[in-house]
Amino acid sequence: MVQIEQDILAKNNAYADANRKEWKARGLFAANLVSSPGSGKTTLLVETIGRLAGRHPLAVIEGDQQTSNDAERIRATGAQAIQVNTGKGCHLDAHMVGHAFERLDLAQGGLLLIENVGNLVCPAEFDLGEAHKVVILSVTEGEDKPLKYPNMFAASDLMLLTKVDLLPHLDFDVAKCLDYARRVNPKIEVLQVSAKSGEGMDGWLAWLEQGVAAAKH
Amino acid sequence: MSLAEGVLQIIEDHARTNGFARVKTVWLEIGALSGVETESMRFCFDAVTRGSVAEGAALEIVAVPGSSWCMQCGVSVPVAERYDPCPRCGGYQLQVQGGTEMRVKELEVE
Ligand SMILES: Nc1nc2c(ncn2[C@@H]2O[C@H](COP(=O)(O)OP(=O)(O)OP(=O)(O)O)[C@@H](O)[C@H]2O)c(=O)[nH]1
Ligand SMILES: [Mg+2]
Ligand SMILES: [Zn+2]
Repeated sequence: MVQIEQDILAKNNAYADANRKEWKARGLFAANLVSSPGSGKTTLLVETIGRLAGRHPLAVIEGDQQTSNDAERIRATGAQAIQVNTGKGCHLDAHMVGHAFERLDLAQGGLLLIENVGNLVCPAEFDLGEAHKVVILSVTEGEDKPLKYPNMFAASDLMLLTKVDLLPHLDFDVAKCLDYARRVNPKIEVLQVSAKSGEGMDGWLAWLEQGVAAAKH
Repeated sequence: MSLAEGVLQIIEDHARTNGFARVKTVWLEIGALSGVETESMRFCFDAVTRGSVAEGAALEIVAVPGSSWCMQCGVSVPVAERYDPCPRCGGYQLQVQGGTEMRVKELEVE
């Protein structure tokens, strides 16, 4: 018998700690955007970058199983982006993100936005070294997602309810959704946004600005 | 790196340092609130260990029950799922305390 007593995620967590230390030394604010496929992460990032209008140094790490489409959409805004393809893997891990970061040239005091692979399960368990996980839930997905994927909502500090411009056409019950989210995470912050109409974008930008200011030194 | 790959990595590290060539049994401790599905862990474990020191090893999964601190009651209460209310007061002001474990506990080797 060999006693092990080791956390399955110990290796990933060690890489995540190294990333966190590196980003802290550079005064960077890092957010890890997680959601189901197609909830509007890339659209939101493109709109966010446009509105930030170069106020802060900024870079994006894009995670997808295949293609570099999303990184290209980000680069079209003029921002730098690195695509990470996870192949069969269904989430980013801290080791891949550390290597992707090495290829970026992000100045002191900037903003690092990480778009994870669209998947509400595995990315919940993998710390990348970010300051916050931000879970994105679009109103076309059904209000019970927080109950179906509780670990993701428990791991996130902010929930962005996206595509709210579509609410008039749907039966989506916002109050019920927020209640479910708070059942699994009583401390979760919630913002309602639409990248299309611009509704709620000011609140989201203010949240980012606050993070950038807090990380700077 | 999937969770099953993480398990294999830990086993291979120990195989190198402790010099064993084959693993017969692997004991994992998996919390009820960890989000790890036992059946999918078994499936992935069999797939990733093929051709490794742990090929064909038996996987023993020790389930750890979930528990949360209820801020309203001021006591620790058992919970089966993250979205369960406090069994005493019915509230949701709960802080998870136990049941998030995902650990490799022990190996039987030869
Ligand atoms: N009505 C509406 N549609 C939106 C909004 N945001 C995104 N969409 C649409 O939703 C679809 C998916 O958007 P993406 O931004 O590619 O979503 P994603 O989360 O990056 O997708 P993956 O990276 O594939 O997981 C596109 O057709 C977008 O046009 C919004 O605020 N309102
Ligand atoms: Mg995308
Ligand atoms: Zn209670």
